[in-house]
Amino acid sequence: MNHYPARKFCLKCLVTIVLIALFIVASFAYLSLNPLALFTKQAMSDVAIYTSRFFPPDLSSAFLQKVWSGVLQTLAISALATLLAAIVSLFLALPAAGQFGNGAKAVTRFFLNFLRSVPELVWAVLMVLAVGLGPFAGTLALALHTTGVLGRLFGETLENHPPSATQALKLAGASNTQAFIYGALPGIYSQLLSYSLYRWEMNIRMATILGFVGAGGLGQILYYELSLLHEQQASTVIMAMLVLVIGVDMISNKLRRVQMHSLG
Amino acid sequence: MRKIAFSFQHVSFSHSNGKEALKNINISASAGESIAIIGSSGSGKTSFLNLIATSLRPSTGSITVLNVDPWSISKGRLQSLRSQIGLVHQAVPIPPRQRVITAVLAGRLGQWPLWKSLLSLIYPVDIAGPQLCLQKLDLADRLFDRCDRLSGGQLQRVGVARVLYQAPHLLLADEPVSAMDPVLSDLTIQCLLEDARTRDACFVASLHAVDIALKWFPRIIGLRDGEIFFDLPATDVSESLLEQLYASERGVLPKQGSANTSS
Amino acid sequence: MRRMCHFRDPDALRRFSVAVIGLAILWPMMQLAQFDIFALFEDRNLVVFSNFLIQFFPPNLQTSFLVLVLKATIETLAMATAGIALAMLMAIPLGLIITYSLSISRIGPASGHRIARLGRYLARMLMLFLRGIPEIVWALLLVRVFGLGPIAGVLAIAITYGGMLAKVYSEILETENTLPARALLILGSGRINAFLYGLLPGASQELASYTIYRWECAVRASVVMGFVGAGGLGQLMDQSMKMLNGGEVSTILIVFLLLVLLADYISLIIRRQLA
Repeated sequence: MNHYPARKFCLKCLVTIVLIALFIVASFAYLSLNPLALFTKQAMSDVAIYTSRFFPPDLSSAFLQKVWSGVLQTLAISALATLLAAIVSLFLALPAAGQFGNGAKAVTRFFLNFLRSVPELVWAVLMVLAVGLGPFAGTLALALHTTGVLGRLFGETLENHPPSATQALKLAGASNTQAFIYGALPGIYSQLLSYSLYRWEMNIRMATILGFVGAGGLGQILYYELSLLHEQQASTVIMAMLVLVIGVDMISNKLRRVQMHSLG
Repeated sequence: MRKIAFSFQHVSFSHSNGKEALKNINISASAGESIAIIGSSGSGKTSFLNLIATSLRPSTGSITVLNVDPWSISKGRLQSLRSQIGLVHQAVPIPPRQRVITAVLAGRLGQWPLWKSLLSLIYPVDIAGPQLCLQKLDLADRLFDRCDRLSGGQLQRVGVARVLYQAPHLLLADEPVSAMDPVLSDLTIQCLLEDARTRDACFVASLHAVDIALKWFPRIIGLRDGEIFFDLPATDVSESLLEQLYASERGVLPKQGSANTSS
Repeated sequence: MRRMCHFRDPDALRRFSVAVIGLAILWPMMQLAQFDIFALFEDRNLVVFSNFLIQFFPPNLQTSFLVLVLKATIETLAMATAGIALAMLMAIPLGLIITYSLSISRIGPASGHRIARLGRYLARMLMLFLRGIPEIVWALLLVRVFGLGPIAGVLAIAITYGGMLAKVYSEILETENTLPARALLILGSGRINAFLYGLLPGASQELASYTIYRWECAVRASVVMGFVGAGGLGQLMDQSMKMLNGGEVSTILIVFLLLVLLADYISLIIRRQLA
């Protein structure tokens, strides 16, 4: 039997792949979805007609101003949410790293995992219920979810940081908090900032869609225009979303390259 | 009758890996005394200092520091006890990017409420104090520099300045001049001795260089293999005693270096 | 004795101006985002929300409802799986177009066709467009074409994740070790064979691993897309939320968290089997 050099025959792999294939077929069957039906002439023309309604996009200055304020609001939501989350995570980093005992650590980690596991959109729906429609609900929702993410990252960074500076300060009578601020924070500060900025980038993307459930930003404008069947306005908003996300991506790449260069 | 700074009764200490670092130590010191601990590497000097500093807990026996047993009091009282104990670490535990002034101010964190510590980050609440401490160590011009811009000897002096600023009742130093040339070592040790004397604080330093110990300290404790080999006034320490103490160092007594001033 | 001079902190001015600039940006930002902390404590909001929260315990465990939840969960899983399958269908040709000629040029002399380069460029642009629009936006649009239900969700996942998979496939293939492929070339095999049998197998584990990770993300995305009408667990939760039924919402939340754990576990097993 011939074996090609870079591939070994593996029975487990074959069985797994067959099972996966069966799972896929079963999924399509359960949904009564025939993928070929998507490409019938009727379906394709439906899609074509619907797509054509999006052109030309509405580029009137009045609407562009509306979209621009939506962009600013989206940026504000994401920035505030990340800032709030970073501050709270700074406080939660201490118990999450075990500075107040194993009990507090377990409770904090569980709480942070819960905040993280619930998707941002679900938080947004809950926050709309709590504070009403509008960008404040979006800010709170993103802040809650991001606290879960950053809290865990901050805690892990603190835990992995060499404790000699903190221990020396505690030995001179400083409290846990004081020892953290004067001993650990100067060393981990830039890493925490880096995590926060990265998270801000992802939150900008998230903030654009929270509006679908009424939490402000570009998403709310898009949802509104689509429900009124104003497809041309909707396509402007979608383009703005694209430009925003791609623009932020490019800027952060450039900043990262500059930072690399300045570090040596 | 002078106040007791610390006392050990039948203290032994073993590391978590089972190695016995100190065996059956019985010793005490009063306020205002200056003591040098000498011995070869691995003789237990650092563990001894850490036991006094309440960083380590004795495996057997009991200790009292500044008239309390640190291991039978509440956490709060232990914290305030520790603010009265200053330890100059061998490896300076200061974050590299911190500025010298912040590092020195950190010495009084145990005596400050939280709001004062936070305020000091925005604008240092006391500039004259750290400046004075650094001036004694000939480092005043580096007050606002970052610690990673300093040499090893300069960084070690910042660690000393921090403890000077703390102004504790019990001053401990673990090889505080290991990275310094002879002139600076003399300056630093003199500084610490002067500070301890002015405030009637007990000062204990572990030293690698025997000549410094004999030159400056009235009382010498020699540790060998985790036990107290001798505890004598400096004048009573003879060459043969030292040779026995450093028997494992192959007959070479560790000294500071060639340049030394006779005092 | 040297004269004591009292220094001022030279850093203070810089810190102060940074703080001022920060506040100057913060205030309008809070206005823009309509940051009103007191809205949390307004009477009507507080009453409604706390009533809702109280209903969370106990969660609704009636059999009829649990059956609904189970059906929705299966629908979500099916959506994610079908979506990823279609995404792979799209990503494989798309990714190959991008990397094929690149890889060929890494393995051996390239054909240097301008058409190939143009094709690569167009494919990259297409991927950017598909990835740049969040899947929930696609879902929202597709619901209007194909109606409410999981079809919109499956297609939304296929489109966005197709773009994502294509990009990562191309990156994995571009950084793969070319030694086995070059060895085949030396032994006299054609470029296509060298690619398929030399380059692809080495990368297959990484490719599979990433695909399964994306499937996990797709499960979560399917739930989220339910909120715009794409069926599954999300749509159920949306309905329960609109009726302020706290008990049902808490059941669905718990089931969702369990589903995420299950997906995580399945992906771990599959990855171990394929290793």
